[in-house]
Order: sequence, then structure tokens, then C-alpha cells
Amino acid sequence: MSSEHIYKQYDAELEAVRAKVLEMGSLVEQQIVDAIQSLVTSNNKLATSVIEKDHMVNTLEVQVDEDCSHIIVRRQPTASDLRMVLMMIKTITDLERIGDEAAKIARFSQKSIETDRMWTPRFAEISSMSNLAREMLHMALDAFARSDATKVLEIAQMDQELDEHYQMTIRHLITFMLEDPRTISMSLEVLFIAKAIERIGDHAKNISEYVVYMVKGKDVRHISMDEMEQEVNN
Amino acid sequence: MVNTPTPLKAEAKDLNFYYSNGHQALKSVNLPVYEKKITALIGPSGCGKSTFLRCFNRMHDLYPGNKYEGQIVMHPDNTNILASGVDPIEVRMRISMVFQKPNPFPKTIFENVAYGLRVRDEKNKRVVADKVEEALKGAALWNEVKDRLNDLAFNLSGGQQQRLCIARALATDPEIMLFDEPTSALDPIATVHIEELMDELRHKLTILVVTHNMQQAARISDYTAYMYLGEMMEYGDTDTIFTRPNRKETEDYITGKFG
Repeated sequence: MSSEHIYKQYDAELEAVRAKVLEMGSLVEQQIVDAIQSLVTSNNKLATSVIEKDHMVNTLEVQVDEDCSHIIVRRQPTASDLRMVLMMIKTITDLERIGDEAAKIARFSQKSIETDRMWTPRFAEISSMSNLAREMLHMALDAFARSDATKVLEIAQMDQELDEHYQMTIRHLITFMLEDPRTISMSLEVLFIAKAIERIGDHAKNISEYVVYMVKGKDVRHISMDEMEQEVNN
Repeated sequence: MVNTPTPLKAEAKDLNFYYSNGHQALKSVNLPVYEKKITALIGPSGCGKSTFLRCFNRMHDLYPGNKYEGQIVMHPDNTNILASGVDPIEVRMRISMVFQKPNPFPKTIFENVAYGLRVRDEKNKRVVADKVEEALKGAALWNEVKDRLNDLAFNLSGGQQQRLCIARALATDPEIMLFDEPTSALDPIATVHIEELMDELRHKLTILVVTHNMQQAARISDYTAYMYLGEMMEYGDTDTIFTRPNRKETEDYITGKFG
């Protein structure tokens, strides 16, 4: 990462695939924004476009996968190169899943527009949850672009916040459903959307954890916040 | 070393080595060699890894003016094999060596393997024959040569010759085997045979191998040591060295950013 390989072509290959992962990241980020936007503004056209663009995300995933296999076969990467390739292979899986969640939200959005069951009050909550999730993803991708292992701490904090948000939304929705059974069907849809956003947060956190592996060679998955802080700062 | 599950077989302690022209080829090198494990030495040409390997069986004694400082201690008996009172021939019985190019003697296959036993003055024909068979089996060569033990060793293929050299080295029941780039003159299939063989030998003895092929070090060794300009830069278990080395110098070398 810092200095160059004797094989210049190797540098070019690594850089190209890295750029592709970042491209995929920003596409996915835009997909989230558009999916939520289509929901909040009842924009059917935008929802359709999100669903249609999902294949672009999938195509990039396949491409990056192939590029990484190519590098493994041709270059037998080691140390930081190996960690970066492994990290990218895992990252694109999470990005692809985020893309799926965005498409899922867009489909809910379409459905609620078609059946004209818009229920805007709850979308305020969804909107703020999605802002948080999108910010997490943005930070994770930024951390990858800058090889910054410290961002994971902030992102993990935000993930806890997002989980709390999600729990709160569920409680609100349950109250609604209890008060007026006619809202059950719509409430469930909102619940699924909230779940999708909560999952986006998890994927973003995963990516930031892979960044730590890439930069420091340390595995910070499935450990407490305190342990994570120690690992990152050591 | 109480906490180490695997016992130490040998240990280089502050080893300095000077060639007769005064050039210091090794600078205060320390290295643990664990029993029944494969330790790989990697590093660019001229880093001292072969020089270091050769210290282990006193090869440098063959040329006057070379000078050792420090110790190579063998366990469990704690013998410093560099001590002046220690007979190099004795050392070579315990620590044998396989070279880059197969170097069979101009003798029959049988006599090549029996050579070490003859040096040891083993007269019993039955014992010699058994030992030769055992060594050839140990070197995974027996099935290919059992019907032509009296052929000249030069009639074997390169890979077979290298396995013959391994059998020759095995015949004296060494405790440590040194491999100096054992596959760099072999084709990929013969290389796989040798690597597979080293993997087998690991159950019986301790192996120290110098290799230019980093993938080979990653494939076969339990521990890897990276040397540069006569110094031991980094030592650790192979997985760690190849996934997250501590030093930037190691990282640059194994990722191909060197120079």
C-alpha cells in the first residue's frame, strides 16, 4: 500500500480492483438514498430505478470476485496484499447484500404507492434510521479508501444507536397495531423496512471491521467494544 | 522455554560468522529450531541464509580462515556444536544436509545410500541392507529403484537423484536435516514429491530449509525466519509471517516490494 511492487502491473491490478470496490460502494450508497427517497416522497419512478439498478451492483460483485481470483492465481498475494484481497472479497458480499436491502425497500415503496396506503408519520423514523445507516456505510467506505482502522469504533457506536432506534420503532409499531388492527398490514411493512435498514448498519459495521483486518491484521469481529478499542489502539 | 509445547531441538545464540577474507556474513543471529518442525529461512540473495544453514553442520570448517563466534546449541544434550572440541564428522552424523543440485556419488544406488554407514564402519551386510532399504523407503524412492539397486545413481532422473540424496542423508539417522534450496533445480512435479517427502519426514526429524521460493516456505514450513544482510530480521510462525509480519522489511520482501 505504501511502497510499490517490483511488478508495476501488480500495483495496477490491485489499484483497479480497489477502485471497483469503491465504485460499488458509492453505487450502493446511492441506492439506499434513492430507495428511502422513493418511499418518503412516494416516487414510483425512483423506486423502479433502484430495482433496475440492482443488477449493476451484482455485476460489480461478480467482476470484483473474478479480479480477486485473478490476483490470487497470478500474484499469490501475501501479507498486506493478501489481507486487502481477502478484505475486498468479503466487503463486496456485504455491499451486495446492502444492495439487496435497498431493492427490498424500493419494492415495499412501490407496493405502498400502488395500493395507496401511504402512512407518512412512521416514515420520519425510517428516514432518520436510514440516515444513520447510510452515514455508517459512508464512513466504512471512507475508512477503506484511507486505510483508517480507527473508524470502526465510531461505526460500532453508531450501530448500537441504530439497533436502539430499531427497537424503539418496533415498540411504536406494536402500540399502533394494538390500538388499531387496521394498521397491522402497513405496520408490518414499515417493520420490514426498519429491519432492512438495521441490516444495512450491520453490513457497514462488518466492512469497517474488515478494514481493521486489512490495516492491522487483527480480527475484531464478535468482540466487545472495550476489546475492540484495545485492539485498534495497540 | 517452559511454556512452549514443542521442545527446542537446536538454538543459534548470538552467532557471528566471518569468511576468511574478513567479510562478516552473519551478525549476531539468534534462532530457535523446534523439534520435528520445519523451519524455513527466506531472504534475498546474499542475505546469509545459506551461510547460516551451513554453520549447522560445520561446512565452513572445510575452508581455512573462516571464523565462528557465538553458539549453536543442540538439545537435549546442550552441546555447542561450534565448540572447538566437537568433531565436525560427529556433528554431520547428527545433522545431515541436502543440496540444491542432486549430487549423488559416482557409485551404485545402493552404495550411495550405504556410504554413511560405511564411513561409520558398519560391517554387517544385513544391517547395511536393512538400513538402505529403510532409508530409500523413507525417501519415497524404494518402489522406483528396488529392482535396480546396482544401477549407477546417475541413471536416475533429477527428482529421483534428489530423493536418493535425501535417502543417503537419512541412512545415518540424523536428528536434523538441512535443505539448501532442495527443489530449485527440479521441475514442479519432482518439487511436489520432495515437498511431500519433507512433510513426511517432519514426523521423524527436525528440518531447516533455505528456499528462494516464498510460496514453498509458506506451503511446507511451520516457522519462517526472514534474513537480510546477515541479520535475523523477523522470526515467527509461518502463518503470521505471511499474513501479518511485524516489520516493514519483511512485509516488503514477501509482498515483492523489495528494492
